[in-house]
Amino acid sequence: MNKRLIALFSVLVIASMALAACGGAGGGAAAYECTDAIGCVTVAPGDPIHIAYALTVSGPTSSLGEDSRGAIEIAIADRGGELLGHPIELSGEDTLCSAEGGQAAGTKLSADATIVGVIGTNCSSEARSAMPLISQAGMVMISPSNTNPDLTNPDHPDSHPGYFRTAHNDLFQGRVAAEFAYNELGVRSVATIHDGSPYAESLQAVFAEVFAELGGTVTAQEAINVGDTDMGPVLTTIAAGSPELIYFPIFEPEGNLIASKSKEVSGLEDVILMAADGLFADTMPEATGSAAVGMYLSGPYVDVNNAAYGEFLQKWADQIGGVPPSGFHAHAYDATNMLLNAIEAVAVVGEDGTVNIPRQALRDALYGLSGYAGLTGNLTCDANGDCATGEALGVFQLSQAEVDGAWPPPVFWQP
Amino acid sequence: MSTQNQFNWKKAIQLGAIAGIVGILIALVGMVETFDKRDIVAGAISMGWTMLLLTVLVAGYFSASHQTSNLFRLSASGITGLIFSLIMSLLALLVENFDLRQTLVNASPQLIRILTFENGIPNGLISLIAITTIFGILGGVLYVTPSKIRKAISLGLSIVVLLGLLEDIIQVTLAGLGGASSALAWMFGRGAQSGLSITGAIVVFVVVTASNLLWDVNAPKINSQVEKMPANRQRSLRVLGYGLIILVVLYLPTLLGLYLTEVVNVTGLFILMGLGLNIVVGFAGLLDLGYVAFYAIGAYAVGVLTTLSGELSTSLGWNFWLALPVCIFLCVMAGVVLGIPVLNMRGDYLAIVTLGFGEIIRILALSDFLKPHIGGSQGIVNIPAPEFLGVLLNKPQTLYYLIVAGCILALFISQRLRDSRLGRSWKAMREDEDVAQAMGINLVATKLLAFATGAAFSGLSGTILAVKLGTIYPHSFALLISINVLSLIIVGGMGSIPGVFVGGLLLAGMPELLREFAEYRLLIYGALLVVMMQVRPEGFWPEETHKRELHENEHIPAQEATS
Amino acid sequence: MQSLKRFNWTDVFMWVVGAALLILTIIGSYLTLQQGKYTTVQWFDLAVFGLAQGSVYALIALGYTLVYGILRMINFAHGEIFMSGAYLGYFVATSMQRSGFMQENPLLGIALIFLTAMTTSAILAAILERIAYRPLRGAPRLVPLITAIGASFFLQYVFRGLFGTQNRAYPEIAYIQGAIPLFGNFQIQKIQLIVIIAAAVMMAALAFFVQYTKTGKAMRAVSEDKSVAALMGIDVDKIITRTFVIGAALAGAAGVLYCFMFRIVTFYMGFIPGLKAFTSAVLGGIGNPPGAMLGGLFLGIFESLGPTLFLDGLGIPAPYQLKDVIAFTMLVMILIFRPTGILGERLSKTKA
Repeated sequence: MNKRLIALFSVLVIASMALAACGGAGGGAAAYECTDAIGCVTVAPGDPIHIAYALTVSGPTSSLGEDSRGAIEIAIADRGGELLGHPIELSGEDTLCSAEGGQAAGTKLSADATIVGVIGTNCSSEARSAMPLISQAGMVMISPSNTNPDLTNPDHPDSHPGYFRTAHNDLFQGRVAAEFAYNELGVRSVATIHDGSPYAESLQAVFAEVFAELGGTVTAQEAINVGDTDMGPVLTTIAAGSPELIYFPIFEPEGNLIASKSKEVSGLEDVILMAADGLFADTMPEATGSAAVGMYLSGPYVDVNNAAYGEFLQKWADQIGGVPPSGFHAHAYDATNMLLNAIEAVAVVGEDGTVNIPRQALRDALYGLSGYAGLTGNLTCDANGDCATGEALGVFQLSQAEVDGAWPPPVFWQP
Repeated sequence: MSTQNQFNWKKAIQLGAIAGIVGILIALVGMVETFDKRDIVAGAISMGWTMLLLTVLVAGYFSASHQTSNLFRLSASGITGLIFSLIMSLLALLVENFDLRQTLVNASPQLIRILTFENGIPNGLISLIAITTIFGILGGVLYVTPSKIRKAISLGLSIVVLLGLLEDIIQVTLAGLGGASSALAWMFGRGAQSGLSITGAIVVFVVVTASNLLWDVNAPKINSQVEKMPANRQRSLRVLGYGLIILVVLYLPTLLGLYLTEVVNVTGLFILMGLGLNIVVGFAGLLDLGYVAFYAIGAYAVGVLTTLSGELSTSLGWNFWLALPVCIFLCVMAGVVLGIPVLNMRGDYLAIVTLGFGEIIRILALSDFLKPHIGGSQGIVNIPAPEFLGVLLNKPQTLYYLIVAGCILALFISQRLRDSRLGRSWKAMREDEDVAQAMGINLVATKLLAFATGAAFSGLSGTILAVKLGTIYPHSFALLISINVLSLIIVGGMGSIPGVFVGGLLLAGMPELLREFAEYRLLIYGALLVVMMQVRPEGFWPEETHKRELHENEHIPAQEATS
Repeated sequence: MQSLKRFNWTDVFMWVVGAALLILTIIGSYLTLQQGKYTTVQWFDLAVFGLAQGSVYALIALGYTLVYGILRMINFAHGEIFMSGAYLGYFVATSMQRSGFMQENPLLGIALIFLTAMTTSAILAAILERIAYRPLRGAPRLVPLITAIGASFFLQYVFRGLFGTQNRAYPEIAYIQGAIPLFGNFQIQKIQLIVIIAAAVMMAALAFFVQYTKTGKAMRAVSEDKSVAALMGIDVDKIITRTFVIGAALAGAAGVLYCFMFRIVTFYMGFIPGLKAFTSAVLGGIGNPPGAMLGGLFLGIFESLGPTLFLDGLGIPAPYQLKDVIAFTMLVMILIFRPTGILGERLSKTKA
């Protein structure tokens, strides 16, 4: 009986799809003539303007996705959920921080022609497989946290038109960190640790390369695994080369464990610790304790005294509750606002309220964005889609205040 | 039998309390709030409320089943519903008066607004209590209706919920099919929250329910008519059926559109792996938790042989079709090499060691040690798509045929192997190794052949994955894949080939379709596995012998043999 | 078991691989020691850390092994039981820290954290056993395994839903911070010492419990033969529940110790320690509590010392990344030459 039910059900589904394929007639033509090279999105009166997210909202990296998604929701709520008199519809896909996840999400989003733009992805591996599809479909995608250099390298097959990011390219962040270490802190020997994530591996590689170029010595390039707890051995190995600074651009909780363990390993008592935006989270100094005092973090430049950022945190507490779970919410907030502003700028509003959004014009508007004052500083997009250059990065130093719960820390240095 | 005519208070209250706890859990894990953003029936009922109401409906149904007369049944389900509603009101009051969000992140003001229908605490609570109690009673009503009608109604309701859930995908697919979307526009609601429209929901419900009832009445007649037909007519009918299936399989990508084809492709890759693991676990009884290793080896072999990135120490740039047989051969060898150490191990030892192999392969792929040769954590990028007779297989719709070809090949091989001498040796070994050996079966060869065949299928799946993605990362080969494939063949029915397809659709296809509800996907997946193992441990489409074992004590009516 | 007694090519293959690995290990260790990059103090630190980590593995492994001994099932959700205790313990710990109670009564505070964690884990395990596992008695062994995998996902994501995705930091309890100097340059972290001692005490208590109390004897009887035990008047279901509860309480305690050391709670924190503990249990001989303890300690020390000792000298970059490769290879090697683990399998047979 049950086998038959399953069979019956599948026949029904297939039959209904076949029926659906046969029936029906064409819709009416719009009055607006679309002259855009890659087409337009037409939003009828009363219909929503559709944007989407492609973020990693499940699995161990879900705090990244939740962080970005909350910011997108706040940015939409800031406009009362409306744009050009139309409600904003936000739909989303989970990308799982993997290439497969990115491809599946990219396929689904690219199949929906009502989508104007996408905020995402979180991980660079997702963007590699999602972006060809999204670019092909004529949409734009703005990533709050992809940092891999390939994605905006015009000579690389993984860079596609319509891709932007508000996160800083590894080439940039790695260079800034190395220059800071060499020039500002005056250290001459460093060791690096990565956690096997493409992000950390690439960032530490750039750091080590630039540091060596500047004339410094890289004593060791070590690695741990995500989920490791026992950091003693790897730090002991590093201590054998007695570096002055350890650069570990990794995530919580492994980063916390490295920081706190480093003070207990003989030979590393006075070592300078430096990490990147993966550890730029309020739980980090708390969980690391006194070992975090004096540690440097490179991260998105967010001025504590910036009233807008304070307001943002307040909105988060009201609308979503608590504090943002990771470090890229400001990027996602800026990305969403950039997208919505650009839509507003290029949209052609008809007399009856119909909105037409030309896709190529939207891309051009974003490529031409300059000096947008966002939460992460002044954003200017270059021809490859990198929007966070220049002053969007800062180096922060943690003190006892952050360990006791203050967040974010004051900016220590800016390039 | 003195309790015959007494009201079973205990069960009614107990079920109400259980339903209440489930309801609180659904609310506090955030499902009510997240799913409130989606309507099942536009403007009438959201997905969040659907979950709560289904909970109380089911509780009411079971509450009624413990009573002896219809009056008792209805009142018991009413009491169950009432208790559920009181517990939910209590939750609303608690959340309203204490700020719990530091601990329970989803105990938000928004939750109360949803629970009280935006009417505030006193008024909204009354509607909450009334509505959930009514649904409890409806559960009881469902219990007392005759079983044929009940089945039809449940099917109708499930289809409505399913269509409402998948509304956006259906809409997008229809939009790709020319005018179909405007022809069926009346079925769906409009706007950000849309699900089915109210008319659409009613029509779907009535059509499904009625056709199910009609089918129930007429099916025996049709069956007997078919059986009465002369043999050659029956055969031609069957040929017609197969022809139809082949036609549908060939035209599926055009029908389904971009995204649904992608879902089919992902499911296909899992089915391919499932067919392989089915040989290892289902036929030969060797519990393998590291099956992902061969998937990884297949993918990496193709990556290294064909990539054009120039970042690896070797730059071969082979053609995919040239690399394919080499990769499969490598996987078979890997199957044998990893099979040898575990020849003597059984059961759970085998499980942990194979799990270890899976992890070893993943970590080696990730390591800086092998980075120059296989890319380390940056993976292998720029793997070209294969070309077949001038067609570049880089889109879901073209890759589909490659995957279907792979699945058909694997299906054919498994079916032939199952009925062969080797297949019988596998089954004998599964039942009892020592006896099998005593019967003259060479355990070493038999086991290694099982591992090798399984590895070949998994490797094939991996090679296709690599060209499908164009980039591969070590993170794609996590333990979770092995677990998913194992769950898939068990949910489908261990050792059963059609079961692999059913399991694949359920555990790889459905999660892919419900990607939107990602945060709760694994939660539902977990709950589904637990419930499934309680209700139908033999799987949805069990192999006959296996089913008999599980229901040894029950009488099984003789069934006609189906292939 | 005698299936492959004949001398054949598979045996030859295994011996060759085993010998090659052994030689590599010895050469690697020799080269590392000869280079003299590491001081004795550093080796000592590594060993102590491995011991502390191993103690936690051992405590969790006991839960796997107790349940396996009685039900012959792998309770895959045990890692989540461990996580649940640590999570609830976190809420108690932070509220006590904030109110200043922790600073005034550190010992009482720590005891309360343990109590909360152990109770939470125990209750959760009892519920899990009642709802998910009890109806499956007598089902083929893959059925409870899949159920346990399902339960593991379910619990993980329920915790994620209830308490959110962010990492939460255990408060820094001043009472257990700092190092204790030993002779010479040697010192040991207070917290590591506490973990090792606490784990040892709990394991000793368990051994006593299984050996001498009435419930313990009943547990052994049930593990030997359920139906005979039932005939002797033992309530089998009750004993099984108690076994789950005891294993879970140990896991809850392990959760707190783990968080004292690493100070981070997340919803997915149970998965990897669970897997490692499961490995330890198999390593020692699953179903055998002393084996689980030994397996846990063994694994902890191997993970800590192995990569540096074996691989550093061979010039392999980032050797620490490969520590799980070492751990699993060792497991395979041990199981090849001792197919039922270091100490063998039974809960009921007392081993020396």
